[in-house]
Amino acid sequence: MSGEIEHDQGDLWEVFIQEDDNAPHTHAGSIRAADPEMAIQNARDVFARRGKAKSMWVVKSDHIKATTPDDVAPFFDPTADKIYRHVQFYKHTLDDELWKKR
Amino acid sequence: MNNPPQLFEYLIRIADDRLILGHRLSEWCGHAPLLEEDIALANIGLDCIGQANNLYTVAAEVEGKKRSADDIVFFREAVEYKNLLLVEQPNKDFAQTLVRQFLYDSFGLLYFDALQQSAFQPLAGIAQKAVKELRYHFRHSSQWILRLGDGTDESHQRTQEALNSLWRYTGELFESDSLEQQLHSEGIAALSSGMKEEWDKIVTEILNKATLQIPSSEMHQQTGGRKGQHTEHLGHLLAEMQILQRSFPDIKW
Repeated sequence: MSGEIEHDQGDLWEVFIQEDDNAPHTHAGSIRAADPEMAIQNARDVFARRGKAKSMWVVKSDHIKATTPDDVAPFFDPTADKIYRHVQFYKHTLDDELWKKR
Repeated sequence: MNNPPQLFEYLIRIADDRLILGHRLSEWCGHAPLLEEDIALANIGLDCIGQANNLYTVAAEVEGKKRSADDIVFFREAVEYKNLLLVEQPNKDFAQTLVRQFLYDSFGLLYFDALQQSAFQPLAGIAQKAVKELRYHFRHSSQWILRLGDGTDESHQRTQEALNSLWRYTGELFESDSLEQQLHSEGIAALSSGMKEEWDKIVTEILNKATLQIPSSEMHQQTGGRKGQHTEHLGHLLAEMQILQRSFPDIKW
């Protein structure tokens, strides 16, 4: 006996749950599983058994490309004073809200 | 409508199946090989015990002796338990647990599906809720059979051994004795003997896909659960389950 603890609990998956029709799928948490069917069952048992759910997505965590801490300055900092560069700006101008505030 | 005298006994049978299987699953709590599977088995166990609780509550009303569901559960001896022998078999390893679950779920789904049409309304109502849960249980256990049977050499071997050792308890699932036949003729009970063919089809398909060998149909079958003749395992299970209420009757926490 090596005395080592077996750490292989399967891959990490992210779970997204939609609580109502037309509501967005929002991140509920992570689980471990060996295959997609196991992932969706585990997600159901851990996150959706008692809460209400209309739909659920699972995606392998390593399929998500995420920003690193080094990306923060170049990615996000310049946006504060140039809001017209971002698509949200035009949505708001269309319904006049942001326009009035300016 | 006057309830037939065998109704109490019939409800107890189905309730005992669900309780004992649920208790077996609860024994995995804190011990399952994966955290998520620990939660899954506990959830399924709770579904089983919840169904049992509903069935015992109806049985107690039918009996009319002012016994509660808890009285029926904690103060009966093994010979008074009428569950199938399959559900009382010990967990042993994960493969044994999941094979037992799969063999029961595939049967239970057919049985409770039929009970939704029961002329005894409280039973039909319980069955309608139970079928949804059983559909999930079957999906869970059948996926594990595929994963374990068609997995590694070790998981395949353990699953095959579990199948070989539990197959002798499957014949009993389809024994419709005179009580079940009588209540079936009154539209109350489901008739398990009529479900064998469908069950064979479902089980064969999954086991083939899982590359598992179906044990010979010649294998000697062990029965007796419906008459209170149990394997040695039920007594130990009941001792653990009942000791608190037997030592301190009516204790609350």
